[in-house]
Amino acid sequence: MQVANAGEAAWPGQGAVGPAIDVNGVTKRFRAGADTITALEDVSLDVRKGEFVAIVGPSGCGKSTLLKILTGLFAPSSGDTRIGGTLTTGPRRDIGVVFQSPLLFPWRTVLQNVMLPADVQKLNRTTHLARAKELLDLVGLADFKDRYPNELSGGMQQRVAIARALLHQPAILLMDEPFGALDAMTRERMNVELLRLWRTGNTSILFITHSIPEAVFLASRVVVMTPRPGRVAEILDVDLPARRPLEIMNSPEFGAYVARIRAHFGSVGVID
Amino acid sequence: MSEAPPIHSSVKTVSLSIVLFVALIGLWEFAVRYFKVPAFVVPAPSSMFRALYGGIESGLYLEHLGVTLVEILLGFAIGASLGFLLGVGIATNRYLAYFLYPYVVVLQSLPKVALAPLIVLWFGLGLTSKVIAGALICFFAVMVNTIAGLRAVEQDRVDLIRSLGGSHFQVFWMLRLPSALPFIMAGLEIALTFAMIGVIVAEFLGAERGLGMLMQSMNFSMDVAGSFSILVVLAILGLTLNRIVIFARRRLIYWEQRPGARDADPTDAH
Repeated sequence: MQVANAGEAAWPGQGAVGPAIDVNGVTKRFRAGADTITALEDVSLDVRKGEFVAIVGPSGCGKSTLLKILTGLFAPSSGDTRIGGTLTTGPRRDIGVVFQSPLLFPWRTVLQNVMLPADVQKLNRTTHLARAKELLDLVGLADFKDRYPNELSGGMQQRVAIARALLHQPAILLMDEPFGALDAMTRERMNVELLRLWRTGNTSILFITHSIPEAVFLASRVVVMTPRPGRVAEILDVDLPARRPLEIMNSPEFGAYVARIRAHFGSVGVID
Repeated sequence: MSEAPPIHSSVKTVSLSIVLFVALIGLWEFAVRYFKVPAFVVPAPSSMFRALYGGIESGLYLEHLGVTLVEILLGFAIGASLGFLLGVGIATNRYLAYFLYPYVVVLQSLPKVALAPLIVLWFGLGLTSKVIAGALICFFAVMVNTIAGLRAVEQDRVDLIRSLGGSHFQVFWMLRLPSALPFIMAGLEIALTFAMIGVIVAEFLGAERGLGMLMQSMNFSMDVAGSFSILVVLAILGLTLNRIVIFARRRLIYWEQRPGARDADPTDAH
């Protein structure tokens, strides 16, 4: 119950201090039979308020483990994580998560799906219903609020999932390869839309991906992780304008960032 | 797609299927008369329909149908409820699962109809033994499907609710139960047929009233036309009950009925 209170105190603009996310020397080991697998080793990173940070790394670099630790579903073996300044000791209520698949509930309409956090956390229905409609408007699905998920395309479903993740005004939006299952064209569109959403909403975002160009295009900082065990290889500032058209991907600066990140994986022999 | 298109009901197809039905009945009537098949082996459809009409008109069939229907519905309701509750228990509590599942597996591999004579012996000729036989046979179908349905939930969906601070009860109520509904309804569909089998078999073995008892006594007096007419009543009863479950399934699992409209997407680039 102490967790729930901590979560409410950490809503944006409610006196929380420090970065949106603070990961402090997190190590996570799993037992697999007689062996111990180290998924994460001494990972430290932070996301400042309103910042867009991407984590890029190949499969097996512990990205998803880190995400579960951040949400409080896993406890780290050592180290700790803070969100909005409060220590994570169990599942929290002030995080929005978007997974690789939209994970919409087929028996709920689009609007009811967006309302899920309000239902789970028993939040005020009237104010959150209004907010849900606003968010659907923001992701361009206002006309689809009474449809069911199986009437929507993959890209539309993922936009519903994003609206749902933002409903309870989380201190941070965690995105775990959210566009990985979409086709390349839709994926680019979603990237542009996500940037627009981020600029208008003043949301702090931690975005996990294994696409290097996607990370460079979206983030103001890119955390490069290497696998087995998952370690932070470099944290790279992306010095590109906040307003980024898709064409920026053709610029030499963009190419230089991509090449620099790719060099990390070249040096450890991982091609992704 | 190599799949053949489905045949839609139209005036033409419906009238063709009626013609086929009438022709088959006619062929049956003709064969019985032409080959002079004794009435105690296979009755002619005409004598079967005569028996059916007589039974309905005198009110005899309706009275026994009422008894059998109540037994089936009670057996189904009790068996399905117990099967659902035990399924929920086994799927959500690993101690219950560990200690109870071995018995479940043993009982499941046993042909439950074989228990019917004992049940009639223990619980007598009245309604109780029929309800218990029906409940026992239909119980497993619901329980096994409930367990399978509750367990077939993606872990990511559970994590989603948990990451919002949701409790295990909320995960069950908001996610597991609705996800399991299609499985549970499939179990209920089978269970209703099973309950009917249990009740009829128990009535065969010993009863004072009910369609099974009526059919058994007609068999003893070589009234095969009467037996056939009861089979017709049972077929109509089974079909009606099955339709009701399917209707309930459509209403409860409304989201399954909506056609996918993934191609008709006005906003995504393809």
